[in-house]
Amino acid sequence: MSDWKSEALRRIAADPAAIRELFPVVRRRCGAGAAADVRAELLAALPATALAEEVAGLYRYGDPAEKRAVLAALSALPVGDAGLPLVREALRTNDTTLVAAALGPYALARLDPAAYRQAVLKCVFMGIPLAEIGTVRVDGELRGMLRSFADERSAAGRPVPADVVTILAGEA
Amino acid sequence: MRIFDPHVHMSSRTTDDYQAMYDAGVRAVVEPAFWQGQPRTSVGSFVDYFDSLLGWEPFRAAQFGIRHHCTIALNPKEANDPRCADVLEVLPRYLVKDGVVAVGEVGYDSMTPEEDEAFAAQLALAVEFELPVLVHTPHRDKAEGTKRTLDVVRESGIAPELVVVDHLNELTVGMVADSGCWMGFSIYPDTKMDEARMVVLLREHGTARMLVNSAADWGRSDPLKTVKTGRAMLDAGFTADDVDRVLWRNPVEFYGRSGRLELSDVDIDPTAGFQGSSVRRGQG
Repeated sequence: MSDWKSEALRRIAADPAAIRELFPVVRRRCGAGAAADVRAELLAALPATALAEEVAGLYRYGDPAEKRAVLAALSALPVGDAGLPLVREALRTNDTTLVAAALGPYALARLDPAAYRQAVLKCVFMGIPLAEIGTVRVDGELRGMLRSFADERSAAGRPVPADVVTILAGEA
Repeated sequence: MRIFDPHVHMSSRTTDDYQAMYDAGVRAVVEPAFWQGQPRTSVGSFVDYFDSLLGWEPFRAAQFGIRHHCTIALNPKEANDPRCADVLEVLPRYLVKDGVVAVGEVGYDSMTPEEDEAFAAQLALAVEFELPVLVHTPHRDKAEGTKRTLDVVRESGIAPELVVVDHLNELTVGMVADSGCWMGFSIYPDTKMDEARMVVLLREHGTARMLVNSAADWGRSDPLKTVKTGRAMLDAGFTADDVDRVLWRNPVEFYGRSGRLELSDVDIDPTAGFQGSSVRRGQG
């Protein structure tokens, strides 16, 4: 374990607010390759009493890499539904990396069905391969929405994404 | 010609501008935090703006093969509005970000006591966060404003090689050259400085510590003024290496002192078309 990381984890356990200055500098301290994993560890070190407030603040003041790290960690953190406003905010953006990160296992488990269907459709619309999302739940209503999307694309003479073709081919 | 525009407000520009900049050789930009034409009235407006400089704008730039960094600060004009001044308390959260390569734009607009206070406080933040500083000089009373700027910079104790004093002209370049600070020039269609005058200043003062920018924003301005200055330099007998120093190596050296410039995967071959696929997603 790197000295910087072990010291960071110790500081966060002693003073949760310390994560505000530690979380943003992870990439420069630990390298781009390790940054996502280290950020997840820092979040996991937050005591339960400070978790919701700090997670919301890190997202609010985070750059896209920090926001993605928060979104990716939600399913592993005992935050209950407190992460849903962050997921909804990310899904309103036009940054494909944030939209994809928002639609992970946490959204799958907790987002209401209507919002979840719209989010999957938005991914498809933005050209995000569904394979990047991991597990995707396609019910009858979402299938109908994807069918309409494919019809619209075809009418415009534009290609239908391969993953949508695959989902619709399984219809029958 | 590879070009790094060290001062351009891309949030105000269109995707056509990004394309034209890429086609002309621009591969990296720094977007300084500044006022927006329409005054802000709350700290929240700044926070959303900073998010845009760190998030949406780099995302947009990447779609055109251009690397986007930013500087963060309370600008001098809005330092005079008590509804905005509290943004100073939020700045530390942003000054640690990977994409922030300097504190700026700071400095003077009307040279008020409030501007004095914000300028000094932010020079202290630059020292604390070990960042370079981008200093705006006033459009009115420029010579006096530049002199006072250099006094404040000196008093702050920051190393002059970490400071660029921007929007200079024939009357202000000499005192900045003597101070040891970097000299910034905004090349504009009508005002500030033009390509021909810039070439004369480069002849007189050399190419060291010189930064040429378009400072393009929401007013009448031209994001290709960097490349046009490069062409004017070549026409006047400067070498391609001189142009590369002024338009690429100098900004890389200056902002590189932040330790946060990320140019490793920028495609600097101007003959190669931008073929990235993943960053071009999201245009459906």
